Amino acid sequence: MARRLAPSINSGSMADIAFLLLIFFLISTTIETDQGISRKLPPLIDDPATADIKEKNLFKVELNQLNQLLVEDHLIKISDLKKAAIAFLDNGGGSGDLYCDYCKGERNLKSSDHPDKAVISLSKSRKTNYAFYIAVQNELVAAYSDLRNREAKRLYGISYIAMKENLKNEQDGNDKRILIARINRVRSMYPERLSEAVTKSRD
Amino acid sequence: MSKFKKKKSGELPAISTASLPDIVFMLLFFFMVATVMRQNTLMIENKLPYADQIEKLDKKDLVMYIYAGKPSSRYRASAGNQPRIQLNDKFAAVEDIKAFILAERTAKREELIPFLTTALKVDGDTNMGLVGDIKKELRDVQALKINYTTRQGDAAKNLK
Repeated sequence: MARRLAPSINSGSMADIAFLLLIFFLISTTIETDQGISRKLPPLIDDPATADIKEKNLFKVELNQLNQLLVEDHLIKISDLKKAAIAFLDNGGGSGDLYCDYCKGERNLKSSDHPDKAVISLSKSRKTNYAFYIAVQNELVAAYSDLRNREAKRLYGISYIAMKENLKNEQDGNDKRILIARINRVRSMYPERLSEAVTKSRD
Repeated sequence: MSKFKKKKSGELPAISTASLPDIVFMLLFFFMVATVMRQNTLMIENKLPYADQIEKLDKKDLVMYIYAGKPSSRYRASAGNQPRIQLNDKFAAVEDIKAFILAERTAKREELIPFLTTALKVDGDTNMGLVGDIKKELRDVQALKINYTTRQGDAAKNLK
């Protein structure tokens, strides 16, 4: 009579289960990457050239030591800053050479001529809180990217942020060159002119 | 019919351990992937501000870190409670930043130097004077690409 052993549990699928778990954890854990607002500092030049900027092309943002936000010498709330910055950048009040055919602003003659000319000047006190400064930077960057998104959607049917995201995944080739050209075009429509230099008004 | 009579199941069948290595490897891989090595031990408080217009810093080897904030409670007796700069594992003065950047640069391959970014990990409660001083030093050594490291979130949370 043949002796029978107790049937052992089939472990063939154990590996599958293990891989399943492995894949689950791989997908669900995020590796911490640093993220933040990228800026470029102006290079040091020996004799600072005095650029003449018309008063109407200058958007003065001031952060004082009491953590108050002053835009064009008026106290405003930070939630209104983005709207004010967009209204200024997108104003397009110029005519002739400076006419801006894609601006959708009010074309107020007392505000900026063209996005190319519009400069945002950010000044701060030594006692301003860093978190507050970051919040203001964030709003100003948001104003630029809102306008760029709008133009990118109008021209290419895709937002500026999405184009930049696509650029990271794009392989080298013709498509990439087209994408870079598009990004540069949108960027040049609303160039980021954010100055932290000291501005003086001429009397 | 005794041929088909079941054997008395006295002893339990042994559980196969053939898959134990799989499980161990799985755990190993998981921890290998998920662990982030901290480069510096923080000696300062570092509660980063919030922002939502952010970009990721992908290439970790091209980033130099400058920390700033109030010394944490352990170091308060020796370092005071005014915001300080931390470079690597030490408190540093503003003048040390230049040397730090130059040292970091020499450690990198020459063709990578233009792509180096400086990440400013500054506590939200610091005043802009210190940050301005850091930025001035960075301009002096032509380290112009900076990144204000933030947490993702609504910027309005910074105002509390």
